[in-house]
Amino acid sequence: MIESVSIQNKLDVFAIRRQFPVLNREVKGKPLIYLDNAATSQKPQVVIDALVNYYSNYNANIHRGIHTLAEEATLAFENTRDAVQLYINAESREQIIFTRGTTEGINLVAYTWGRQNIKAGDEIIISTMEHHSNIVPWQILCEEKGAILKVIPISDEGELLMDEYEKLLSPETKLVSIVHASNALGTINPVKQIIAAAHKAGAVALIDGAQSTVHLDINVQEMGCDFFAFSSHKLYGPTGVGILYGKKHLLESMPPFHGGGEMIKEVTFEKTTYNDLPYKYEAGTPNIADTIAFKPALDFICQTGKEKMSRHEDELLVYATAQLEQIPSLKIIGKAKKKVSIVSFIIDGLHPQDIGILLDNGGIAVRTGHHCAQPLMNHFGITGTVRASFAVYNTKDEIDELILGLQKAIKMLS
Amino acid sequence: MVYKKQLKCYRKYAIFYKPLYGNKNITINMAYLKKQQQMNDHKMIEEIENEIVEEFSLFDSWDDKYEYIIDLGKKLPRLNDKHKIDENRVRGCQSTVYLVADYKDSKVLYKAESDSVIVKGLISMLIRVLSGQTPDEIVEAKLEFIREIGMMTHLAQTRSNGLLAMVKQMKNYALAYKIKNKISVKQ
Repeated sequence: MIESVSIQNKLDVFAIRRQFPVLNREVKGKPLIYLDNAATSQKPQVVIDALVNYYSNYNANIHRGIHTLAEEATLAFENTRDAVQLYINAESREQIIFTRGTTEGINLVAYTWGRQNIKAGDEIIISTMEHHSNIVPWQILCEEKGAILKVIPISDEGELLMDEYEKLLSPETKLVSIVHASNALGTINPVKQIIAAAHKAGAVALIDGAQSTVHLDINVQEMGCDFFAFSSHKLYGPTGVGILYGKKHLLESMPPFHGGGEMIKEVTFEKTTYNDLPYKYEAGTPNIADTIAFKPALDFICQTGKEKMSRHEDELLVYATAQLEQIPSLKIIGKAKKKVSIVSFIIDGLHPQDIGILLDNGGIAVRTGHHCAQPLMNHFGITGTVRASFAVYNTKDEIDELILGLQKAIKMLS
Repeated sequence: MVYKKQLKCYRKYAIFYKPLYGNKNITINMAYLKKQQQMNDHKMIEEIENEIVEEFSLFDSWDDKYEYIIDLGKKLPRLNDKHKIDENRVRGCQSTVYLVADYKDSKVLYKAESDSVIVKGLISMLIRVLSGQTPDEIVEAKLEFIREIGMMTHLAQTRSNGLLAMVKQMKNYALAYKIKNKISVKQ
């Protein structure tokens, strides 16, 4: 009985791998080992099929057409919205805004809510481990409004110093914008606690869910965030599609981001009235095909079982960390207690880029560099790291290959 | 096997230097490179490019190619610290290159260094090809050898390293000397 349960709970990674056609290819004459999933994940056949099917059978512009194709496309497009609502447990489908990606979602908030609500002397809190896309929009806003950007420091392990965060909060704090899981370190931040503290201080809270949404259970209502932004392409879906979730009263009171078609109710040269949510924020023809093809990606995750996937990814992280720590000259950057399946490291005396080139030479794809988090790299006194990030289709054998690849690279470069 | 082939390749240049074949690693003799640099005075850019392509054609695997490039990188003379200033910095997204140019006897002479040893190896080849040539020749250089030896990825627009920017900068220096020459001739 117990055995059957454990088999049921065990992920059949080879059955999963068969669904990802790209995993069959070779790189430099060797089977591809794709460990750059934090940058973007590979796509299962169902996602690729959905794209082809849309363009082959019902390509049409949505919402306005009265013909069959337009109706079919509109239905498929809006189905994705429903699937996303379920996936993150939003209160209503109107609170799911389609964007180009996490970056656009954050910018949308900065340019609409930010412009409306931030004034001189106000404070915005971010953290040391933010991606540039959760730094720069706020810097632009602060510069424009004369507001102040405050930064939560982190420990050497790569965890937020929550005491310091509490100290930064003040009546001037208008917004707290924090990453749920760090793309460079893997650290999972205690967002519930962060949001609660922000609300207590009267501030609005935005969570950057780019890295967390694929690994963790996301329940925006339970989390309590005011805004939550993420991207489809890190969840086995197509590129060019992002989601911004927002609390209804905020989305309703904010001005629109872009002006144009779709987002209007009535236009005269004297005055334009804006459309209802979510269309108010979706000016112009959206990325229809990719949005439609995002739904099968979410279905893939749900059918595979998020819990099973997370457990598998955690196992890979623990295994990879243990194996990497065996290499004497290697230092892991980011040793938080709670991490998503991302491991960043440096090797004494070697340039991350050289390691990346030589790993690629062995068919192993990793990311090297500052991971769009230069302030974080500065904190650790480094210019970059090598980062391996694991997805549901990765295996321990692939991690063994990574270790062998690293040993070989060290030998060649030293 | 590969190394035997390499041996054959180096024999061609045996008049300039006697390489050491003690172990599996290819040994690059700095005296040889220097000599070659001097020889470049008489060699056309394309001629040197062809030499490099020929050398690389003898490598059976990517590992061998990279081993060779890394060796070249390790042996690239260090740039004097006084040159490592922002003005000489060619910024890439991941690695940094410092490049200085000098003009002597109608020839442009380059010196460069990077924090990435592979980029240094590629720099070493670019210097071998371009340093000691006239501004006109450098400006016109197609540098096809980079594609032919399979290192084009390092010049792609990936922002990942400073190499593409460095090639541009090398050409910019040559162009500047070329224009300067024209002006002085007119005067």
